[in-house]
Amino acid sequence: MKSYVSFFRIQLTAGLQYRAAALAGISTQFAWGFMEILLFSAFYRADPNAFPMNFSDLSSYIWLQQGLLALTASWFIDTNILNTITSGNLAYELCRPINLYHMWIIKNMASRISKAVLRCFPIFIIAAMLPAPYRLSFSPNLFTFFIFLFSLLLGFLLINAYSMLVYILTFYTLSPVGVRIIWLAASEFLTGALIPIPFFPESMQTVLKFLPFAAMQNLPFRIYSGDIAGTEMINSLILQIVWTIVLLLCGSVWTNRMLKKAVIQGG
Amino acid sequence: MKLYLKYISIHLRCAMQYKASFFLTLIGQVLTSFTAFLSMYYLFERFSSIEGFTFSQVLLCFAVILLSFSLSECFARGFDLFPNMIGNGEFDRILIRPKNEIFQILASKMEFTRLGRVIQAICIFCYAIPHSEVIWTFDKILTLIFMIIGGFLVFSGIFILYAVLCFFTLEGLEFMNILTNGAMEYGKYPFSIYGKQILKFLTYIVPLALVQYYPFLYLIGHSQNHFYIFLPLIASLFLIPCFLLWKFGVKHYQSTGS
Amino acid sequence: MIEVKHVRKTFKVARRNAGFAAAVKTLLHKQFETVEALKDISFTIPDGEMVGYIGPNGAGKSSTIKIISGILTPDSGECNINGYTPWKHRIQHVAQIGVVFGQRSQLWWDIPVIDSFELIKDIYRIPESTYRKNLQMLTDLLDISEILKTPTRQLSLGQRMRCEISASLLHNPKVLFLDEPTIGLDAVSKIAVREFIKNINREQKTTVILTTHDMQDIEALTQRIILIGKGKILLDGHLEDLKNQYSDQKELIISYSGKSPQLCHGLHIIKQIPGRAELKIDTQVISVSKAISYLSEQTELTDFSIKHTSTEEMVVKLYQEFAI
Repeated sequence: MKSYVSFFRIQLTAGLQYRAAALAGISTQFAWGFMEILLFSAFYRADPNAFPMNFSDLSSYIWLQQGLLALTASWFIDTNILNTITSGNLAYELCRPINLYHMWIIKNMASRISKAVLRCFPIFIIAAMLPAPYRLSFSPNLFTFFIFLFSLLLGFLLINAYSMLVYILTFYTLSPVGVRIIWLAASEFLTGALIPIPFFPESMQTVLKFLPFAAMQNLPFRIYSGDIAGTEMINSLILQIVWTIVLLLCGSVWTNRMLKKAVIQGG
Repeated sequence: MKLYLKYISIHLRCAMQYKASFFLTLIGQVLTSFTAFLSMYYLFERFSSIEGFTFSQVLLCFAVILLSFSLSECFARGFDLFPNMIGNGEFDRILIRPKNEIFQILASKMEFTRLGRVIQAICIFCYAIPHSEVIWTFDKILTLIFMIIGGFLVFSGIFILYAVLCFFTLEGLEFMNILTNGAMEYGKYPFSIYGKQILKFLTYIVPLALVQYYPFLYLIGHSQNHFYIFLPLIASLFLIPCFLLWKFGVKHYQSTGS
Repeated sequence: MIEVKHVRKTFKVARRNAGFAAAVKTLLHKQFETVEALKDISFTIPDGEMVGYIGPNGAGKSSTIKIISGILTPDSGECNINGYTPWKHRIQHVAQIGVVFGQRSQLWWDIPVIDSFELIKDIYRIPESTYRKNLQMLTDLLDISEILKTPTRQLSLGQRMRCEISASLLHNPKVLFLDEPTIGLDAVSKIAVREFIKNINREQKTTVILTTHDMQDIEALTQRIILIGKGKILLDGHLEDLKNQYSDQKELIISYSGKSPQLCHGLHIIKQIPGRAELKIDTQVISVSKAISYLSEQTELTDFSIKHTSTEEMVVKLYQEFAI
C-alpha cells in the first residue's frame, strides 16, 4: 500500500510542475464552457419549452464538466502507459514486485488528479461569480452535495477502470491509434460530453441510462443540481456501483491475461 | 512545387505501409465528426431552428468549417505537431537544409487520415446543398469556394501561430485549443449565435467570421451585400502577421536553442 | 576554411528542486539560472583537415556544432565558414555542409533508402549527373548498393549509419560535421565507417569535424584534436604531441627467472607475482631503455613489453587535470 501512496505522490508532483500548462488549461476550459453555454442559450431562446432541463442546471452541468474535465473526460490517456504497451517494454513491467493493474490505475488516477487539482478551483470560483442563469450554482442542499461527491468518486473509479480497458485494447489490436480513436469517439459521445444526455432523443436516453457511460459524468453532474433525485437517483447509483465493480474486475482479469500473452510473445 | 508533390507521394507511400491502421484511423476520424453531426441533429430535432437558421443551413456552415479545418489539419499538420519536432531535434534537421523552413515543415508531415473528415464534410454537403433552399447561381458557388479556401488559409495561419508559441513555451500550448479545435467545434454554428462580442473578436482579431458568418449570410440569402463574397479573400491577409511572427519565432529559437 | 572567433553563448535554465514542497513552490515562483555554455570559443580549421572535437558531456560540444551549422545564433562572436556566417546566411551556408547526428536519423523510416536519397537530391538541387556520380561512388565505397531498396526501418544500425553518412554527402559538402557517427555500432561497422570517412577526406578534400566519445575514432581519424570543457577550449593540438606530453609515465611488463629485482628511483610496482611484474616508469626520471638495462642487471629477464598510454587514458588524464 505504501508503495502505491509514494507512487501517487511522485505522479502528482510531476503533474504540479507545469504551471503555465495549468494556466492555459484553465483559460481553455473556461472558454469552452463559456462558448457552450452561449450555444445552449441560443437554443433556449429558439424554444424554451423544448429545453429538457433547467437552464441554470445546465450551466452548472457545463461548469462542472469543464472544471473536472481531467477527472471525467473519457479521452484522457496517460501517454507513459501507452508507450510502455506499444513500445513492447511490457516485459520490463513484470520485473516490478507490484500488481501491474493496480500500479497503472493508480498512475492513471494520479495524472488525472494532478491535472484537475490545479484547474478546477479557479474555474469554479470564476464560474460561481457569473450572472444568474449562466453561473455555477450551489447544490440545493448539503445532502445532495455529499451524494454528488460520492457519485463523482464512483464515476472517477469507473472512468479509470474504463481507461484501463482502452490500454488493454491497445495491446490486443494491431492498430493502436485507429481502434483507440473509434473507441474514444464513441464513448465521448455516449458519456454526454458532446451534448448532455437529457438532450438526446427519448429512445436513446432509455438505452444510455443502462450503459456505464452515463454513470461516468452525467450522473454525478446531474445529481449535483438536483436534476436526478429520489428513486431514480438511488437506482442509478446502484447501477453505477455495479458497473464500477464489473469494469474493475474485467480490467484486472484481462491485464493478467495480457501479461501472460506478453511473456509468451517475448515482450 | 515539384518537390512538394514528391513529398506527398512519399507520405502516401509511408501511410500505405500500414494499410489497416490507416483505414481504421480514417474511420475513426469519420466517426469523430459523425458524432458531432449526430449531436447537432439531436439538437435540431428538439429545437428545429437557431437564431432563424434552419438545420440544413447550419449544416452548410458546419461542412465549410469541417472541410477547411480538416484540409489544413491534413496539410499543415507539421505545425500542429511542432512541439514534437522541436523536442526530437527534427527542427534542427530542417534548419540545416537549404530550403525555406515553412516549406519544409509543410512538406515534412501530412496526415491523410484527416481526409476521413473531408469525406464526411463532402457527405454533409451532398445532403445540405439540395436541402438548403439556396439557388445555386454562379455567385453562390463562388462564395462557397472562397469560404472553403479562406477557411483553409485562416486555419493554417492559426496553426502557424500555434507553432510560433512552441518557440517560447512548450507548456502553455493548450489554450490554442480554443482557436483550433474550439473554432472548429463552435464554428459548426454561425458565429452570430454567440453574441456580438464574440462576433467582433472573430471579425477583427482572428478573422474566422469573415470566412464563415458573413459570406454564409450572403449564401443563404439573408444578405444581398455582394461585398460579402470576397470577405474570405480579405481574411487570408491574416497569414501575413502569422508569417511575420513565425520569422520572429525562428530568430528567437536560434538565439536560445531548445 | 572555418574560422570561429570569440563565440559566446549563454542559456537560461529553469531550476527545480526535488520534492513535493519544492514543486508547489516552483508553481508560484520560477527560478532561472544562467548557464554559460560557451565562453569565448575560437579556433581555425583549414580546408581539408580532419579535427576531433572532444570533451565530456555538457562541455559545450553540441552547442558549438549547432552554432557552426546555423541552428543556433551565439550571443557574440564571429564565425566565417567558406565566406558565410552560418546564422546570417543560413540557406547558402547549409547548402555546402553536411551533418550527421549519430543518434538521430534523417532517412525516412518507412520507405526505401533510395527514395530518401532522391528527395535529398531535390532539396539540395543536386544536378542529375553529380547525383549519379556521387551515388555511384558512395554506394561503391560504403557497400550499400544491396540495401538501397530496403526500407530504413529494416536496416541494422551499422547499415543505417552508412546510409546516413551517404545521405549527408550526396551534395558534395565542403564541410562535414559528424556527431558521434560510430555510436552503438559493432566493430566491423565502426571500422568500415572510419575507413570511409578517411577516404572521403582524402579524395574529396572534405573538411571533417568529428565529435565523439570513442577515442578509437579519434585515433584512427584525426591528427588534430580540440578539447573543450566547461565552455572553454582547453587544448588545441596534435594528437601525438599531446600523447607525448601526457604520457610521461609508461608501463613496463617483465617476466623474469631468478630473484625478484630491486627497484630504483623512477620505478614503481603496480602488480607483482613471482616471475612476473608490472612496473610504472616515470620517464622524466629514468628513460625506458635505462630502466630495462637496470632491471636486466638484477635478474634474468625472459620477456618484456611496454604499454603506451592509450588515447583513452590520456583523455581521462586531461579531464582530470582540467577538472572537467
